[in-house]
Parts: sequence; structure tokens; C-alpha cells
Amino acid sequence: MTAQLIVAVASGKGGTGKTTVATNLVRAAAAMGQAVSYVDCDVEEPNGHLFLKPRLDRRQLVYVPVPEVDPAKCTACGRCGEICRFSAIIVIAGQVMTFANMCHGCGGCMLVCPEQAIVEQGRVIGVVEEGRSGGTGFVHGRLNVGEAMSPPLIKAVRSAAGRGVLTIVDAPPGTSCPVITAVRDADFVLLVTEPTPFGLHDLGLALDMLKELARPHAVVVNRATPGNNLARDFCRERGVGILAEIPEDRRVAEAYSRGELAFAVVPGFGDRVSGLLTSVLKEAGR
Amino acid sequence: MKIAVSACGQDLESMVDARFGRCGHFVVVDTETGECRAVNNGINLNSAQGAGIQSARNISTQGVAAVITGHCGPKAFRVLRAAGIKVYPGGGGSVGDAVAKFKQGLLEEAQTADVEGHWS
Repeated sequence: MTAQLIVAVASGKGGTGKTTVATNLVRAAAAMGQAVSYVDCDVEEPNGHLFLKPRLDRRQLVYVPVPEVDPAKCTACGRCGEICRFSAIIVIAGQVMTFANMCHGCGGCMLVCPEQAIVEQGRVIGVVEEGRSGGTGFVHGRLNVGEAMSPPLIKAVRSAAGRGVLTIVDAPPGTSCPVITAVRDADFVLLVTEPTPFGLHDLGLALDMLKELARPHAVVVNRATPGNNLARDFCRERGVGILAEIPEDRRVAEAYSRGELAFAVVPGFGDRVSGLLTSVLKEAGR
Repeated sequence: MKIAVSACGQDLESMVDARFGRCGHFVVVDTETGECRAVNNGINLNSAQGAGIQSARNISTQGVAAVITGHCGPKAFRVLRAAGIKVYPGGGGSVGDAVAKFKQGLLEEAQTADVEGHWS
């Protein structure tokens, strides 16, 4: 079986179990003989390596282009400042000023400069590391601490991932640019939630985001407890399917606390995750 | 001389807005004639980033020598300094009160930003 499919694991709220679901799905796929890659796009807090324990053998710095102005050529016409949406370059009192941290690297200022006074300089924002975990491909990004601009690094992580295999993307939490960059080309998105008002509120935001992006998706309820129907009711109301419920289980938490995959050590957990993978592959229609 | 005050409204009775980059208006006052008028800053009130930079640019086109505000961050301060505009943080009360204090020499000119930036 070879599925060429990108499955992103996302959530609104942080800490719902995205990495737990993503890493165990990867292990389930490998156990089914599927060629699979794990891609950690949560570049502010990449944690998948703690569970998959890859051997990392490639490392590549990621830069964003920022403008550098040649004062000898600049006539302070101000067009660069007019096109920049991010106030990263501005002309004031006859001189041009740049703010490298504000720059999103679009290159617009260089295109509109009539004097060709602006050249690109690279600014390092983080690193992409690649390797293998057993037979599984592994890629993650690490964003420099204090860096505000994660999407260019997330794009670099996504494009480093191998083709022609099942790709499991571990997305950052939230609903803004970082998660959108991570999930926008996914064939299917799994939203992991916990069955609490907090979890479901943020799941609602994530559903709104996926509606905008028009990506097929379904929900995984993590830490489900008997008698708690909050998540089921919520999903019925929002018209979204639940592909799996992972019960609250102390043994899963214990495996997690030791940096182990529950797939291998908690009886029944592996079957549940394998069932989830089968459902995802079926839902995604391949 | 003309000075600008970051304000919650458009006249001397308005309260000083403590936020420089995200104030709704600047009230520009001529300290000799007492003449005053409002400069709209609403576009920066809602900007995703760079509000301080753009507000500084906005007010630099008004020919003012100084700005009275609550707080001024590093990027706005850099732009205002480049434009030769002095910064007087710590303004409070009404715009009229702040201008009166300025004229009496009770406000101190800032030599650096007095708050941290949001992105750097």
C-alpha cells in the first residue's frame, strides 16, 4: 500500500494531543508497511523528535530576505515605503530607514525601486533538520527564539518533506498564519480536541479556519471520558464527523511522560490509532 | 512652534491617549497662537504591525517640532528622531492640560524609548 497523501494534524487549542496523535499515526502507518514521513511544522515548539527519536543527518539554515539600501543610489522617493504593508522600510525626512524584524521578505520594495538601490540580504530565522526514524522519514524546523516570523520556516519544512509517501504534518496550534501555512496544501486535516469547553471553543475557531481554506477535515476527540458528550454534541451541531475517540488513560500519560510512543506500550492504543489511520485514508478517498 | 498630542478625541478637551502608535487622532496645537486642529490616525489604530512607525511618519508630515504622548516605543522613537521631532512621554489628563504643562516646562524630553517594542 502506498498512499501519496498529506494529512495534517491540527487543533485550535494547544496541548490537545496533536503530537501524540501525529507520531502514533506515523508509527501505525509504518507498522502497516506504508512509506511514511513525519513533518513537524510546530517550529516554535517542535517535540515530535522526543517520541520518534530520529537520527538527524541534514541541517539547513533558513533565511528571509530583508532589504539593504545603497544610500548612494537612493533618491528618497518613498515608493518602497508606500508598497510595504509591514512598515519594514520607510522614508522619513529625506532618508530611508529599515526595520529588519518587521520584514516578511516579499521583495516588493526591491521591485518598485526605480533606482535599483535596494538589494536582498539574508536574515537567519531558524533551521530545518532532516533524518530518519527507523524506516520513517523525519523533518522538523526550529525557529530562533524571539523570532516573530515563522511561516517562511514552515514553508521550508514543508518543501523539505519527501514526495510519493504518506506525509503526516504536525501543525502548530491556533488559527493564524503559522497553522494556515502548515495545513493549506493538506489533502485531509485531523483536528484534535479535548472534550472541554476550552477545547471545543478553540475547535470551533479551527473549524471556521478550515471552512475558509476549504480543506476536508474531521475531528479526533482525545482524553474522552465515559458520559462526557460535550464533543459529540458540539460536532453534531457543527456538522463535522468524529473519526476516533481516544479514551483518557493513565498509561498513555505515563508513556508520554517517559517520551515513549503509546502505540508500542499501551495495550489497545495501537489498534485504535491504526483504525484511525484506516478511516483517514478512506475519508481522503484514496 | 507646533506640537502634536496623541489623543482620544479631536480637541483640547479630549483626553491624552497613552498609546502613541495606536491613538485615534493627534491634536496639533500652535503654542504661540493657541490654534488647534485634529489629524486622523485611525488607519494605524487598526494596523497589524508597524503602527508606531506609521504614526511617526503621519505626524512628521504636519511640521511639528515635538510630540506629547503617554509612551513611545523604540521603532517610533527612531523614526521621530530621524524626523527631528522631540518626544515628551508621560502626558496625561486633557490635551489642553498637557499643552499647558509643556509650555510651563513641566514635561521632560525623552532621550530613549520608554517602553519595549512589540516585535523586536
